Amino acid sequence: MLLRRVWIAGAKNFVRGGVVSAATVLVMTVTLGIISFLIFLSALLNFTLDVVRDKVDISVYFVNSASEENILAVKDQLVKLPQVAAVTYKSADDALVEFRTKHANDQLTLQALDELGYNPLDASLAIQAKDPSQYESIVKFLDSSPTLSAGGTSIVHNINYAQNKESIDKLSLAITATRQIGIAVVILFGLASILIAFATIRLAIYTSKDEIAVMKLVGASNAYVRAPFIVEGVITGVLSAVIMSVILWPITIYVGMKTASWFSGFNLGSYFFSHFLIIFGILLVSGILLGAVASMFAIRKYLKV
Amino acid sequence: MIYFDRVSKRYGPTTALEDITLSIAPKEFLSIVGHSGAGKTTLLKLLLAEERPTDGSVFFESVDVNNLPLSALHHYRRKIGTVFQDFRLIPNKTAYENIAFAMEATGRSDEEIASDVPYILELVNLADKASHFPDQLSGGEKQRIAIGRAIINQPDVIVADEPTGNLDPVNTYEIVEILKKINSMGTTIIITTHNKGVVDAIGKRVITMDAGKIARDDAGGKYVL
Repeated sequence: MLLRRVWIAGAKNFVRGGVVSAATVLVMTVTLGIISFLIFLSALLNFTLDVVRDKVDISVYFVNSASEENILAVKDQLVKLPQVAAVTYKSADDALVEFRTKHANDQLTLQALDELGYNPLDASLAIQAKDPSQYESIVKFLDSSPTLSAGGTSIVHNINYAQNKESIDKLSLAITATRQIGIAVVILFGLASILIAFATIRLAIYTSKDEIAVMKLVGASNAYVRAPFIVEGVITGVLSAVIMSVILWPITIYVGMKTASWFSGFNLGSYFFSHFLIIFGILLVSGILLGAVASMFAIRKYLKV
Repeated sequence: MIYFDRVSKRYGPTTALEDITLSIAPKEFLSIVGHSGAGKTTLLKLLLAEERPTDGSVFFESVDVNNLPLSALHHYRRKIGTVFQDFRLIPNKTAYENIAFAMEATGRSDEEIASDVPYILELVNLADKASHFPDQLSGGEKQRIAIGRAIINQPDVIVADEPTGNLDPVNTYEIVEILKKINSMGTTIIITTHNKGVVDAIGKRVITMDAGKIARDDAGGKYVL
């Protein structure tokens, strides 16, 4: 009975609050808008970092005399390493085909290749680490691996790590820095939006302070006065989350269409739809928590009658 | 029933009440008169535990009002119905809901509310305005709703702070008649007023306050300043 009364009272207050309720919902919606922006920003950041990371790898080139069997044995060992994400084998023949396609318009080079009379390219393994900082340890593993020097001489012709080392290190640093900056931005904007929501709800409750005093004088307990305001906060949060999700629908489609090519294939619209449930969930929970907690704190001051 | 024991109240350097000793018996109808700033409202605020005395104690039956913990305060206030000069209705609740709120707050059932509120609206002559909001009611009507709210939980005492201060003579007369009726049903009433006509129409005990002290205490009093 009590719970039903509190809900009815809260809902009635919200509806009768008119302009004040509408303004609170508006500000809360903006707050949730900031939160959605942060969600998209971090998704974009992760996506971009993944793309960049995937472009980096090291290749191990093998001498011509190395048998495919030996190379695949090395590959098996590499795959078992915890730092390794993927290993791709490319035989000498594959490399030649690839080289020819790549230089299909460059007759001079192809001619030179034909005159050579044999395949000068090495078979290779392209290795991708799970994290750029792990390439060094993978290279160390290769250097010390006995499989690579079966029969006394090493079958490795060349590892291109040394050439790539500088850019790999830079990338590694950039990824860490970007993540840290990203987290700082999220925290900063998150805090700002929470403060805005708090201030708005405080104002809304300030307009009811005389009413709260009367309720107390009529003999209502603190909990009974407070509860409908919390209900109002929750309604505000739910409504704002729904409004924001509806607004995001066309916005993400439009922005996705316009920007997918800049963001190396990241489409905001399809990201929104494939993650709709989790995004709506985050907005809903944030809205409800913000509304309820802000109401609880804002009303405290006026209950001391 | 109510006993002020050597009560003083100071706001900084200003003395609002000084050494007040006063006892009020059950079923009494007490009028408190005095100039503005004489301490009438402060006296009522101390009784309602809205303020704490600087010295002395206020007793309701055997309870020291100002020693009540915050958690017990709302139980105590349910024994007292309050009526204010500015009505203090809740603006976004209808007349019916304003009265019903006082019952809801004390945890009464929906059935009790549905049967008592219309009865009280009838008593204060406003059954036809039940669904009006306060800003759709006249001053006299608002005050009658406020009285309805004050008596709905059958309190032991009604405290009315200048209940007719904002009303014309006709409405004033009606309010006094309603209060007399409530008093005749056995409820103690404490009223503060500036209105000579009100005091004379009531014709019961009158306390005259001056500069925070009790200047006169007449059992069958008339309005004298």
